[in-house]
Amino acid sequence: MLIAVLSCFILACFAPWLHRLGGRHSGWLLALLPASLFAYFASMLPLVSQGHSLQFAYAWFPGMGIQLSFLVDGLSLLFALLITGIGFFILAYGGRYLEKHKDLGRFFVFLLGFMGSMLGVVLSDNLISLFVFWELTTVTSFMLIGFNHEQEDARKKAHQGLMITVMGGLALMTGFIMLGMAAGSYELSTILYSDGLTEHALYLPMLLLILLGAFTKSAQAPFHFWLPNAMAAPTPVSAYLHSATMVKAGVYLLARLNPGLGGTDTWLLMLTLFGALTMLTGIFLASRATGVKKVLAYSTVMALGTLTMLLGLGTETAALAAVTFLLAHALYKGALFMVAGILDHSAGVKDFTQAGGLRHSMPKTTVVAVLASLSLAGIIPLFGFVGKELLLEAVLSASNWHIGLTIATVIANILVVLVAAIVALKPWFGAVVDTPKKPHDPDIALLIGPAVLATLGLLFGLMPFIADKGLLAAAAGAVYGQPIELYLALWHGINLPLMLSLSSLLLGLLLFKVWGGWRQLTNFMHSAEKIGPEVVYERLMLGMTQFAAWQTNTLQNGYLRNYLITTLGTVIIVVGWALLRVNQLELNISFQDMRVHEVAIAVLLIFSALIAVLVRSFLAAVAMLGALGFGVALLYVFFSAIDVGITQVLVETITVLLLVLVLYRLPEFRSLSSTANRIRDAIIAGMTGLLMTILILVITGARQLEGISEYFLQNSGPLGHGRNVVNVILVDFRALDTLGEVFVLALVAIGVYAMIHLRTGALPVTNSDRRAAFNLRRSQKDKAKADAKAEAEASAAASKGEE
Amino acid sequence: MTTLMAILIGTFYAAAIYMMLRRSVVKLVIGLILLSNAANLLIFTVAGMDRGIPPLIPKGELLIEGPAADPLAQAVILTSIVIGFGVLAFAVVLIHRACEVVQTDDMNEMKGTD
Repeated sequence: MLIAVLSCFILACFAPWLHRLGGRHSGWLLALLPASLFAYFASMLPLVSQGHSLQFAYAWFPGMGIQLSFLVDGLSLLFALLITGIGFFILAYGGRYLEKHKDLGRFFVFLLGFMGSMLGVVLSDNLISLFVFWELTTVTSFMLIGFNHEQEDARKKAHQGLMITVMGGLALMTGFIMLGMAAGSYELSTILYSDGLTEHALYLPMLLLILLGAFTKSAQAPFHFWLPNAMAAPTPVSAYLHSATMVKAGVYLLARLNPGLGGTDTWLLMLTLFGALTMLTGIFLASRATGVKKVLAYSTVMALGTLTMLLGLGTETAALAAVTFLLAHALYKGALFMVAGILDHSAGVKDFTQAGGLRHSMPKTTVVAVLASLSLAGIIPLFGFVGKELLLEAVLSASNWHIGLTIATVIANILVVLVAAIVALKPWFGAVVDTPKKPHDPDIALLIGPAVLATLGLLFGLMPFIADKGLLAAAAGAVYGQPIELYLALWHGINLPLMLSLSSLLLGLLLFKVWGGWRQLTNFMHSAEKIGPEVVYERLMLGMTQFAAWQTNTLQNGYLRNYLITTLGTVIIVVGWALLRVNQLELNISFQDMRVHEVAIAVLLIFSALIAVLVRSFLAAVAMLGALGFGVALLYVFFSAIDVGITQVLVETITVLLLVLVLYRLPEFRSLSSTANRIRDAIIAGMTGLLMTILILVITGARQLEGISEYFLQNSGPLGHGRNVVNVILVDFRALDTLGEVFVLALVAIGVYAMIHLRTGALPVTNSDRRAAFNLRRSQKDKAKADAKAEAEASAAASKGEE
Repeated sequence: MTTLMAILIGTFYAAAIYMMLRRSVVKLVIGLILLSNAANLLIFTVAGMDRGIPPLIPKGELLIEGPAADPLAQAVILTSIVIGFGVLAFAVVLIHRACEVVQTDDMNEMKGTD
């Protein structure tokens, strides 16, 4: 099983070379993989259709309880078969469709990568691995939407799809973690049958987060706008990702989690409400569009909404209706998208208004298109009819709001018939319209996919028990949570659903007659689109970049002082708050236990620090620093740190020498800051100092855990064979640290040497020259500044005079 | 003694920060030196200050009889003094070089990135 999923990724790595080998027929060559995977999954059918589920587990991060486990039951097998089956045709189709495209090899990489990720999503038993695969489908989808990356439009739309689905993905991850915490396991097979999830305190937040993830992925309103925009992808991608598989990942997730999380009022409300809203929005927009792919994309939005609504209802009929509708939709929508690609490829038609009477020149394509459209419209005896009857039945028998949902569904159905009629009739029948290319039937690679899918739609319609017994009953059982007792049938007798679908058929056809009028009538949508969700999205994105620009300009302003002030201010506020609130300032003050010479040194140190700050001469400051360093060394020696004291003395000597030698060449101290700035800095510095003092007084009274020093004291002799414990620590216990330190010092030495010997030609040569030049430039600069100031004052005075 | 040390370290920090907030790049170096001294003393003080019990094992023995000062803190400070010196040496040369190239010691005029 692991091999089955990984094989797609492995093949993806080699796809460009295989593409070169296979040449014109590389699509067929690569399609062998999904074909064999399809056979592999089909071999599980007998077991799964009896209601068994198969599990495969591989250790992944055993320490964190994350394993790569796979679950094959009716639902995941249905998806796996769709992914590999349609994938087979798409690879063959894509190989021919993009035959002349220079990046075809890359196309195969992304498409195969997507196939593997999608298989991972539907087969994963572990929430974490499911999430990883979920995000991988997002990434591959981004790559495929932006496949024509030289067009700005494609890039923009790919970005939009990515942002929305990634935002949902983040929410989903949080939801998954909550779900894992609530159920005590990340294994779906455990989660789904654990009790009490719906009563858990985290139920509402995790449900909302997971729904956000599923809704963005499956383009539910108000996130529906990314899906039609994703049609910037090449048509094979639209057919595969954005109708048959990826967008259904959200629906899959809802169906998968239904036994564990479903059945509550919130679930019912959220799913049916958003589902019905999406259904109506999608089909309404589809009925107004004229672009071939736009119409299909919007009707896909409608289908996704319908599926969500059915999953929300959660009854036995609804579960069966959902899987039936899902299969029917994948078959006819996959076929229709591929037909749309053929229209573009063979006749250059991208818009329904550009075409007419193509049945003479493209007879085979016409048959396929009509067959698939009839299934879309839900006309007997196609499989779409079975799905639609079940849908109506499920809605009519819903426990709550069945009248509202039924009305919504019937309205949607009327418009679906209109859309199906446009797709089935507009380009093929009627008067012949001149097309950009000379229309002709395409070759087998392009035609076989839609033909087989459309024929399957007819076959399953005539003999629904094949699909039912084979898989759908098991899939519906997985959605419902227990085996279901319903069976698919083409003919249910004359009943209410049949009457409703007949009347919607008539009304839909009537509407087709006046399609132009309908589009005129609904023109108000043009103004409504100006406040639609897509505009909100654009505003948000723009606002984000503006905010980022503002924030960067404010915080990253290039002044060291401002960075320091920001950092220190934050530290003072946060640490100070914590000290006040948590610790309530239990200070550990005692002035006992002091010796006279220690106090003298400490006072001397305090004074030398203050003088180093206050003096105006650089040499005096360096001298003060020297005194300070040696004083600190004395402190170390007084308090049992002899090695530290010795080192400090050595380093301090070199430091003073270095400062005198190097910095002596630099200009003297100057007073650059204004008095106000000095006061501000003094306040910040004083507060930092006070904070550190308080911190020390708090810390020294609050040591809670024993350190590891005792270990070093005990083991230096026996293990390190040294008597100076500090030295043993440095060269033995923490020898690697010391080695790193040696490296750092070596690097510093090289850097210092390099910088001293780096000469730039134009600079003066001797030291005195340098100083002279420097001071000259500075005086010039100061003078220029003074001049500018005087000038500004003069002009200000002049303007005042004019007033 | 800790209380006095706390005041001393606080003064060091205040002086260091004040110097680092100045516009003159030379004063920044002095601030850096003060800051590293303050940090070393901070570790030293927090680890506990004991007189006359250096962590040395007497000749011919394997263990120290009785209490000893914290050797780990001393090892850390030792490392930090040396590294601090390395950083300082590098900073000093870099600043020297920068002053030569940019022809100013005012950090307000050094904020360009190129």
